[in-house]
Amino acid sequence: MSNTDIIIHDEKDNVGVVVIEKITPEQDCNCWIMENDKSVSIQSKDEIPLGHKIAMADLNEGDTILKYGHDIGKVVKNIKKGEHVHVHNVKTKKW
Amino acid sequence: MEIPKSFLGYKRENGRAGTRNHVIILPVDDISNACAEAVANNIKGTIALPHSYGRLQFGADLELHFRTMIGTGKNPNVAAVIVIGIEPKWTKRIVDAIASTGKPVEGFSIEGVGDIDTIAKVSKKAQEFSMWASEKQREECPMSDLWISVKCGESDTTSGLASNPTVGNLMDKLEPLGVHLCFGETSELTGAETVCEKRGKTPEAQAKFKKTWNDYNDFILKEATDDLSESQPTAGNIAGGLTTIEEKAFGNFQKIGGCQFIDVLEPAEEPTKGAGLYFMDTSSAAAECVTLQAAGGFNIHLFPTGQGNIIGNPIEPVIKLTANPLTAKTMSEHIDVDVSKILSREMNLSQAGDELIKSTLRVANGRLTCAEALGHKEFVMTKLYRSA
Repeated sequence: MSNTDIIIHDEKDNVGVVVIEKITPEQDCNCWIMENDKSVSIQSKDEIPLGHKIAMADLNEGDTILKYGHDIGKVVKNIKKGEHVHVHNVKTKKW
Repeated sequence: MEIPKSFLGYKRENGRAGTRNHVIILPVDDISNACAEAVANNIKGTIALPHSYGRLQFGADLELHFRTMIGTGKNPNVAAVIVIGIEPKWTKRIVDAIASTGKPVEGFSIEGVGDIDTIAKVSKKAQEFSMWASEKQREECPMSDLWISVKCGESDTTSGLASNPTVGNLMDKLEPLGVHLCFGETSELTGAETVCEKRGKTPEAQAKFKKTWNDYNDFILKEATDDLSESQPTAGNIAGGLTTIEEKAFGNFQKIGGCQFIDVLEPAEEPTKGAGLYFMDTSSAAAECVTLQAAGGFNIHLFPTGQGNIIGNPIEPVIKLTANPLTAKTMSEHIDVDVSKILSREMNLSQAGDELIKSTLRVANGRLTCAEALGHKEFVMTKLYRSA
């Protein structure tokens, strides 16, 4: 098994979580999908620290972020595959 | 792993068992703190539980105050109780309710006596209780005597990935053994509330959860001046990579594994429907939540953290686990169980669950938690609204 850089909870998710200290721009990352034990790979566009999310697909303003297979908020600024996903481009649909 | 069938606990008069053997000096109100602390300072083997409230409260807020005081005294981790209040009436109400457990309890009021004579009188009784409790021995108790509460704090994405699911794995393994289990944090289920509601075992439990969450959400919407972006997620959560309350909620929700809850408890309410998982309506602030769960009768607590929450409780030992390798390294004195190897896939969830069960039993048998060794004893009353 190669080292895992990113973990994805559910096959439906469009974000993954960085589980190494950080990934750097243009790093080829190994991703493990917990739900079905499959592996995929992605090239990062940003530096992303441990615990932060990476976009697994291009996402447009208004799109829903899926994690755990569930809706965890909406995209408020277009995001490219491989970019850092956080409070600067995603907001809650609650409160 | 074969799960042990028993632990070594303190058997109490009412049939419950404790993982600790505290003699507590419980002030009814804020102005009795000084007396309680003086007694605890005089008499070794006792602990004072100072707090900020207990005067001029009314209605549901006052009922919650009593429930928390009484529940804390009744908790099986407590061998004997001294209650000190300014006035005799509320003091007696608390003493009488704690006495229903059969444990030694005595009340004192300060009015008309003053601090100094009260301290002298109470110290004599506290000495008697402390020396009596010191002879109690641990005995073999079935696993079903464990009442385990859970709450996570300073969460980050590693909480939802690994440390919370580790707690869920423990729940899945211990629920069949007749353990009582409790989760709370009403506001932090926001986003996952409909998924959580469906985990109610009965239509009644589901409806009760829905009402509880709706009431809490209405309250938050009413009181919020802006959005809750400064509070939920917290700055610590955001630093750890959590972006929204929904993301935090789904991570939080991993703590119950595949269990279904059988009932919804009021804050500090003792469960009465037998073994299994309960949801308690609590704040998501760590010390408030654990104080309420301890008052509900839970005798050991599991606390997964991401960025490193350091909370403890005076009567209920709080076991901390983290899956964040940086936190495990930089805050090692606070972390009882390191499950960060899940992230590097050197350990699977079931192995982590087994490790947590082993650590839980060691603490149940008497090993100090990190929080106990470091002197954390946050006792924080939940207040529902302003006093009269």
